[in-house]
Parts: sequence; structure tokens; C-alpha cells
Amino acid sequence: MPKANVTFEDIGITVTVPAGTRLIEVSEKVGAGITYSCREGECGTCIMKIVSGMENLAQRSVLEDKVLQENMAGRNNRLACQAQVLGGEIVVRPG
Amino acid sequence: METESAVPLGSGVHWVGALDPGLREFDVILKTANGTTYNAYCVRGSAGVAVIDTVKAEYADTFFAHLEQVARYDELTAIVLNHLEPDHTGALPELMRRAPQARLYISVKAQMMLKALLKSEALAYTPVGTGDTVSLGDRTLRFLNTPYLHWPDIQCTWLEEEGMLFSGDVFGCHFCDARLFNDRVGDFRFSFEYYYAHIMRPFREYVRDALDLIEPLELKLIAPAHGPILRDAPRAYVQRYRQLAAPQLHNEADRDKTLLVFYISSYGNTARMAQAVRDGAEEIDGVRASLYDLQGGEVTPFVDLIEEADGIAFGTPTINGDAVKPIWDLLSSLAVVKVSEKLGAAFGSYGWSGEGVNMVEDRLRGLKLRVPVKGVRVKLIPTEDEMEKCRELGRELARHLTGRITRRVIDMAELLKEPSHAQG
Repeated sequence: MPKANVTFEDIGITVTVPAGTRLIEVSEKVGAGITYSCREGECGTCIMKIVSGMENLAQRSVLEDKVLQENMAGRNNRLACQAQVLGGEIVVRPG
Repeated sequence: METESAVPLGSGVHWVGALDPGLREFDVILKTANGTTYNAYCVRGSAGVAVIDTVKAEYADTFFAHLEQVARYDELTAIVLNHLEPDHTGALPELMRRAPQARLYISVKAQMMLKALLKSEALAYTPVGTGDTVSLGDRTLRFLNTPYLHWPDIQCTWLEEEGMLFSGDVFGCHFCDARLFNDRVGDFRFSFEYYYAHIMRPFREYVRDALDLIEPLELKLIAPAHGPILRDAPRAYVQRYRQLAAPQLHNEADRDKTLLVFYISSYGNTARMAQAVRDGAEEIDGVRASLYDLQGGEVTPFVDLIEEADGIAFGTPTINGDAVKPIWDLLSSLAVVKVSEKLGAAFGSYGWSGEGVNMVEDRLRGLKLRVPVKGVRVKLIPTEDEMEKCRELGRELARHLTGRITRRVIDMAELLKEPSHAQG
């Protein structure tokens, strides 16, 4: 199975994960500073910044796009509960 | 207590709000010893009339009665909402119905709230930001975007020709006196400070940004959305906000990162662990670590300390499957200060099960602290090895605070084997 490296910049930990993993599955386990509320892509609490590797995440769904727009998120933001890893290197941090 | 009429603030500018002297608690979190006011205003220009904010729904009749004394609905050209909380927008739907031609002006961040409030997607409004203006002919409303004072949507509206600032909740307080003006009402100084401490304090960085916009204005009067209208020495209130938004405590070690270690201990085991966490942190240059027994202190000064700290660690025993009450009392008192992005940690000794540490870690994460280092849990009396783990916890927290963390690479499969987060 293809693997990806996700680096949580705020805590200095890189996790090697199988493709298809959602960031929420890793970040909570590793203790990164991304926080969650609804966990269903509605509230926008888990907006995070993609420092690099946006192209290594699956495209935003219509739902995620709507929530990001409503929260006036920038183009480097994603919802950690929705964003799915495809492969390669991805660096993220809270916010 | 009833003002029977609209009250002039100046030529063509009126207070059209409502008094609520019976209110004793506002929004669950604030006591209101003599009630509050919901201030709304009407500004008349040569080519337009604006209403700025409305009132709580129960007081809509009073608001409309006051408004009708100074303007006809068909004259209204603008409705400005400085803040969308229900105590200021309760009369909005009816006002829009009575004055359908009036254009609604709200801040950019208020848009989603407006839709949620009115339960309608098909709304006509104009989002505005700092520098945008609305002309009333010979008078101009200029907007200042002042987010998070205390909601994301807050803006202030500056009537530049008159030197009047309609400030939303900024510079407001819960104090009800029908004489309305600060030079005529009773002593509201406590209410002003109390309101800041509970409403604005968590957002002090944003307060400073807003003051940068407000301080250059030639202020003659501040008209907030609650409490007295500040026409006597309005700048004094702006200066007071500047003082209140500064750090409350002087830090003589301000080049060092600060770590506060709080603990409570029934048999001295968690206390010894706390000492070890502090000792470990102190081994790292550039960190000032301090130790506090929660049994010997009160919550309020600890909240002040936490506001200025870079990291906080909590040592708690587990009693009947929970962390103990003094820990929760402190953790439930942090809503009045900004704690997000601080470093957090927990540790503790336990007799049976030891869930308290994880529960405190979850709470810290819920408060948006970073909790990168897994807490140390010790069954009953810590061994020398376990004391060393506590010292290492302190060192690791200090390394995080000073940017000296060792970067690590781990596999998801390893992570899934662990009960909580990665480091142990």
C-alpha cells in the first residue's frame, strides 16, 4: 500500500501513514495541537494550515469547500477531519 | 425606570434603545446588579437616515416607539449592525419588514451569523470592512473592523462629522440608569471594569489592534451598545482599555519561557512528581519553572499567572475515576483568558485506575492548548525510575517551550498500538 509522511510541525513528529488515512486519525493519536469539535466537517474547528504538500491530499469535497469558505479560510487551509492523505510528504500545523 | 422618549445625543442623532433594569444575570456568565441597557441609535443626514443596532426581542416595542419619535420607516436608508448577538438584533426582522428599502450593513464576518440568525439564505445586505463608508448626505458613517471584541463579527461605526463612535460592545457595560450619559448616571466604574474582565479580556490582542484604529479618532462621544453613553472624557475609556489590554503582571524574567506546574496531592506522591517535573524543566536553559500547590491558593491569581505563562502542567491524583475538583475548578475558570496555543501537560499518581491524567489532557486539548508530551502516570509511590520519567517530562516540556525538540519519525502502526499519543 502506498505510504505518505505527515509532519506535525508544532510537535516535531512525522508519521508514516497508509494512503487514504484522514489527518484526524493521526493528529489526535500523536497529540498534535489541532483541535476537533463535530468531527464531521461541519463546524470548522479543525481548520489547519498545510505548510507544504497540498497536492498530496485528496481534493476538497463540496462540503469541506463550503465550510472553509464560510470560515473565510485561506487557500492553504484544510479541515483535518476531512483531508485524506494520498502519498508523498505533507507538513501541517494547527490554525 | 423608563425613558419615555428617544434621547438626543446631538443634532439629528438619537438614542432609541431600551432599558432592562430587572436583569440580574446576563448570558449566564455576568451578574448585572442593576440591570442593563440595549442601546440603539438613529442618525439623520441630509440624504438618508440610519439605524445603528436594535434591542433584545422582548424590548422591540419600546425600540420601535422610540424610533418612531425621530424617523419614519420609509425614511430609513441604512441599518447598521455592529454586533449580531440576539440582544442587539432581536428587533431586526421586524425592522426589516417595516423598512424594506433600508440597506443592511454588516461586517464581513457577520454574514454567516446573519443567515443563521434570520434562518434565510436570500438576504440583501452589504458586507463592509475598515474604511468603507455609507453616505447620509451631509454625514458619513465609516466602519472600523474590530473582530473578536468579543465576537468575530464586531465592528464599530464612526460618524466622522460629529466625532461619535458607535462602538458595539466595546467600551460597554451592564449598568442601567435612565439618565444615560456617563456624567449623569450613578457610579458605573466597577461595571465597566467587570465587563472588560469577563467579555474582552480573552481577546486582548484583538483589543490592542482595535485601539490602534480607535485612538487616532477625534472622539467627542462613544456610544456603546450597553450601559452609559460616554460623552464626558471619552478618551479616558479608550486609555483604560489600553491599560487593561497590557499584561497584568510584570515578568522580570521575560526573556525566559515560563512553565507553571500546578498540583494537588493526597499522600504526597503527586507532589513529589510535580517537584521532579519542575526540576527537570529547570535543567533546560531559558525556562523559568514554578511550582504551586492548588490546596494553598485561590483560583483567580492562578488564572492571572496562567494568562502570562507559556506552558502549564497539572499534577492530579485520580479519585473514583476522575481528576480532583481543585484541578477542574481551575480548568473551568480559564474562559476569561487566552490559553490557546500554550503548551499543556498532565501527570499524577493513582491508586486503582489513573484516568485523571488523560482526562486533564483531553480538557487541555479542548481548550486548544498543545499537548505534545504524553503525561506520566504512576501507580501509588513513584520509584526512582518513575521520578526520572517525571524529570524527563519536565525537560521535554522545556525543550518544546524553547524550540529544542528532537524531531522524530514514527510509523502509524506503532502509533495504533499505543493507548494515547506518541511519546511515552
